[in-house]
Amino acid sequence: MKEEEYTCIVCPRSCLGKLIIEDDGTMKTEGFSCKNGERYAIDEHTDPKRVLTTTVKIEGALFPLLPVVSSEAISFSKLKDCLKYLYQIKVKTPVREGDVLVDDILDTGVSILAARTML
Amino acid sequence: MIEKKVDCVVIGGGPAGLAAAIEADKQGLDTLIIERDVTLGGILQQCIHDGFGLDRFKKRMTGGQYAQRFIDVIKERKINVLLNTMVLDITPSKEIYASSPDEGMLHINAKSIILAMGCRERTRSQVLIYGDRPAGVLTAGAVQRYINMEGYLPGKKAVILGSGDIGLIMARRMTLEGIKVEGVYEIMHRQNGLTRNVVQCLKDYNIPLHLGTTVKSIHDKKRIHSVTVVEVDKNLKEIPGTERDIDCDLLVLSVGLIPENELSEKAQIEIDPVTKGPIVDSDMMTSIPGIFAAGNVATVFDLVDYVSQSGEIAARGAAKYVKHPKEENIETIDVHPGNNVAFVFPQKIRKKMESETFPIFMRVKNEACNVATYLEQGGNKIKIKKHLIVKPPEMIREILKTNQLDLSSDLTIHAGE
Repeated sequence: MKEEEYTCIVCPRSCLGKLIIEDDGTMKTEGFSCKNGERYAIDEHTDPKRVLTTTVKIEGALFPLLPVVSSEAISFSKLKDCLKYLYQIKVKTPVREGDVLVDDILDTGVSILAARTML
Repeated sequence: MIEKKVDCVVIGGGPAGLAAAIEADKQGLDTLIIERDVTLGGILQQCIHDGFGLDRFKKRMTGGQYAQRFIDVIKERKINVLLNTMVLDITPSKEIYASSPDEGMLHINAKSIILAMGCRERTRSQVLIYGDRPAGVLTAGAVQRYINMEGYLPGKKAVILGSGDIGLIMARRMTLEGIKVEGVYEIMHRQNGLTRNVVQCLKDYNIPLHLGTTVKSIHDKKRIHSVTVVEVDKNLKEIPGTERDIDCDLLVLSVGLIPENELSEKAQIEIDPVTKGPIVDSDMMTSIPGIFAAGNVATVFDLVDYVSQSGEIAARGAAKYVKHPKEENIETIDVHPGNNVAFVFPQKIRKKMESETFPIFMRVKNEACNVATYLEQGGNKIKIKKHLIVKPPEMIREILKTNQLDLSSDLTIHAGE
């Protein structure tokens, strides 16, 4: 049996709860005040995901950087590799907010979108 | 000097100004935005992280995405914008003096003005850190602009003072960009930012948060090479013997925001000592008829969605004023903060209300669970809404119904019985 602590961030109440992982892999939670906490703790344990936001180089714009965002949340374990990949690319103006800059980045099924229009 | 006459001048092209200008244009006012930066969007353009727009667009957006929605409408509606233009002075009679490298000096006669200058960060002198004055001591917002817009890394090893949201977000951002973040130090015994940011910006990257600890002094003359931190007791007094030196080449300050009201003060607008912004009524009009205030210049909000909303209210107020300036003999009632309420915004409500509902914003003094908000008038208490939890860092917005109110006497807002 293993125990892990999680602070649920679904609502401002921010419950601190426990995730109990039995030796056979079944999971249960304690201390959360609603189902959201349970789901959050299990997701965080099995495959935590985060929206990726960073910048990439851009040529021909007022600023040297273009902000970008992932179309969906990406597995936390793949974030660093995705960032590394994005450091290597360079785009040119004009770029419109929502343009797909990288389709299916590193086989995650997630695209990288321009988060600002730079003409 | 170039002379202009405009129905509505919006000072500042950030979220408050953009929303205000669009609404003013929809209301038929000849509108001009004056922005000192080289692009529209204000601070949103350096906020590349997501979490904006949930209230307004029911979608998690980055700062730039949120701004773009408004900028696109400004372009579509061909609203006049002056970029790279600094407003130097406004007068009580609504004259504006501004300057820009392209146009030179401008003198604008405005029928109405919407102040949307936003807020600025508190600096080291406002939190009384002693020691040398070397390079490498920056506010979190300045670091954010360097890294996210201009492409500079301002250091290699950073210490962050203050657990406000911008500081937490920059802890993650600096880490991802290869700056080692030694830790976040917070003088209070509780975190200042949202729990979500503590989890996703600090815990995700194993960055320690030291509560009840502050930076006591900064070392060396030319470039910062270390800071001394010290623990504080319950009364925030330093505990001798707990000092610790930390090597760093960057100290990031995230120690609060204050509305930027130099222009408002020049125009002799009445300022609220608690919010540090102009005292406004339910139309966001200041103590000077025809001058309105919206967004963080009026009070520091924590959701941009609320900032935009206040801009739109101000613009509708400005339209009413421009169309009927003579009829505007405005009577108001005062809104007072009651039990566990630090302040209420707006501070006044007009006796003649045209809209059926209107928002009021407030912050509580202390955290509390399972409490309701109430409005009290002449001994009568009406429940507004029940809350699972209320916290000082999270602003509350309540929607009041005009027909619930007796618009002849002052009202008090309580959080809890």
